[in-house]
Amino acid sequence: MLDVKLYNEWGLEDILGKIEAGRRLTIEDGERLFACPDVLAVGALAHRVRRGMHGDAAYYVVNQHINYSNLCVNGCRFCAFGRKKGDPLAFELSLEDILNKVRARSQDPITEVHMVGGCHPTLPFGFYEEALRGIKALRPELRIKAFTAVEIAHFAKLEGISTIEVLERLKKAGLDMLPGGGAEVFSPRVRSLLCPEKLSGEGWLDITRQAHELGIRTNATMLYGHMETERERLEHLDALRRLQDETGGLVCFIPLPFQPANTGIRDVRPTTGVEDLRTMAVSRLMLDNVPHIKAYWVMLTVKLAQVALYFGADDFDGTVVEEKIGHMAGAESEQALTRSELERVIREGGFRPVERDCFFEEVGRGGNDKTAVLTTKGTKE
Amino acid sequence: MMEAERILRKAARGERLGMDEAATLYAEADFFSLGQAAHSVRLGKHPDPVVTYVVDRNINYSNICVCGCRFCAFFRAPDQEGSYVLTREELTRKIEETLELGGTQILMQGGHHPTLPLSFYEDILRFIKDRFPIHIHAFSPPEIVHFAGLGGLDVGTVIARLRAAGLDSIPGGGAEILVDSVRKAVSPNKCSAAQWLEVMEEAHRQGMHTTATMMFGHEEEPHHRLEHLMALRELQDRTGGFTAFIPWAFQPANTAIRRPPETAVSYLRLLAVSRLVLDNFDNVQASWVTMGPKVAQLALRFGANDFGSTMIEENVVAAAGVHFRLSVWEIRRIIESAGFKPRQRTMAYQLVEDSYRDNP
Repeated sequence: MLDVKLYNEWGLEDILGKIEAGRRLTIEDGERLFACPDVLAVGALAHRVRRGMHGDAAYYVVNQHINYSNLCVNGCRFCAFGRKKGDPLAFELSLEDILNKVRARSQDPITEVHMVGGCHPTLPFGFYEEALRGIKALRPELRIKAFTAVEIAHFAKLEGISTIEVLERLKKAGLDMLPGGGAEVFSPRVRSLLCPEKLSGEGWLDITRQAHELGIRTNATMLYGHMETERERLEHLDALRRLQDETGGLVCFIPLPFQPANTGIRDVRPTTGVEDLRTMAVSRLMLDNVPHIKAYWVMLTVKLAQVALYFGADDFDGTVVEEKIGHMAGAESEQALTRSELERVIREGGFRPVERDCFFEEVGRGGNDKTAVLTTKGTKE
Repeated sequence: MMEAERILRKAARGERLGMDEAATLYAEADFFSLGQAAHSVRLGKHPDPVVTYVVDRNINYSNICVCGCRFCAFFRAPDQEGSYVLTREELTRKIEETLELGGTQILMQGGHHPTLPLSFYEDILRFIKDRFPIHIHAFSPPEIVHFAGLGGLDVGTVIARLRAAGLDSIPGGGAEILVDSVRKAVSPNKCSAAQWLEVMEEAHRQGMHTTATMMFGHEEEPHHRLEHLMALRELQDRTGGFTAFIPWAFQPANTAIRRPPETAVSYLRLLAVSRLVLDNFDNVQASWVTMGPKVAQLALRFGANDFGSTMIEENVVAAAGVHFRLSVWEIRRIIESAGFKPRQRTMAYQLVEDSYRDNP
């Protein structure tokens, strides 16, 4: 913790006082934290809160990413992943392809499958139900975290049923959790510029609320660094905070820096490291009721994600194999990390690695399993 | 932790740290307090919120090297496929491009070529100086020791002859870790720690400026890093000839050393400790080439006041599989976004009229 005098110098002593007393910060407080020139001062506040919640633990998950298709009806300008039919980079996996991907990792000690895709123009709803059932049949112990609120709304529209019914049926087919993507920034102004066809911010919050009410917990994301203002980031955080007050269903918040390469947005430069760390820290400080904050190394790079563990993040995400969404937008990170490499990076950062499942329950491993090295594409061992 | 806080306050007052104190800080100091202390010492030396950078190009005149250092992915044996010595035409083109891009200097280094005589290097220097108004920052101490050995000359003569031919300053490369037990393990055929320091002392004595580097994260122990800093500080006390200290992390891909790369947090801690220990160095450089632009930007809050070079060309780290690329505009944007004013400088840390002032 830095000297109290420093906070007096920056005029943040009242915010320090609120944090010490466990009181909620206002949007205006958040604006002052964004404006403070000293990113270390802001980071140290977030670290204090993070340590109070999680001590020196830093979580990670051994998971597999499956992107079932990048065909998408939405055409969001920030996206380098979505394609229209006929595009040479378009792909769609069959049910068998999906199951083969799971089979290919059957020897790996995975606890979670993370599966998302575009808003596919024609795939029937039954396809997704079968995919969930198929994965659960192969490996009943796996948790499936799949489909953003945007996909849920799309399925409902295509199938002509309510989003509640979609969620109920997916849950019955084996869905454990929603990953929280598609939130972008809730501001209608920003969405009308960036992704006019996509589900609205209100719609995202409604579907997430429905999921929570059905007992399906979710994560929540924020894509920042494109056209939004700092105020709009803070309003996004505040909306999530209010939802969480109502439902308590949010597990982890994931701030994602926008990657402009190969997207429809050419006039924006990528976020800088200090901006990423500051956003991470402000997120931790604002979201006083969300237990976990993720440093998603795929978007941040492993190096910055490690530093982010000091700026409010307590989760390093996972081993991730074959990530496509960030990498198609020019993310410079590795394709995958082994468990031993993840643990090393966490430990060398000064934290204690804790393997978790998608609900952040600690995974106990006996004997050989603990030292298992995942051999995967892109691994440098 | 209490002891670390006491030492940090001492360092922040500008008092010199001993070896044990440095070791305590390095091992125990709180991450934020360490960064804060390093930054306050940096602000003491450079009160203006300016971060400098240099526009230059790394020109590797040859990759032929008989040293065979285990950490190197760049060198080739004399007859090996891919070995080269640059032609005058290639050299000319590279320098012309550098000047067109607003460059003020070239950093020119190569391997330990088994046969080329000292006159070859003198000729290159004269060739460049006859044609181009550019600062030549060239030949790290191991190369100079190698030239001396090959020609049966002493180091002082080699430096004087190179200087007469146009050499302006000497880069601090090849320092690796200035502890002989480590050097024996990772670069057994390269000059000793004492020889490296001797070249720098002699260059300083002849009125030349040099930089100093440290390549860490291979087979050394943490205390070797601190011994390295102490050796540099001791020489700087006597000569004052070092303009800057540049620590960078070993990149293991394609080398003969099997270990994972140093992490960002370790890098930032070492950078901050370097700033606190090297109380007689004005400038400390962040390494975006090895750490990436995001971590290098945060390094500006952990003691660094310089963003290094734009690296119009870089081959050695790239050979180890690390390819970060930044334009001058990008470097300026990163510096500004961290809350500092970017200024172009020369090797001697003189500010120059910025060739890139107004963003496009």
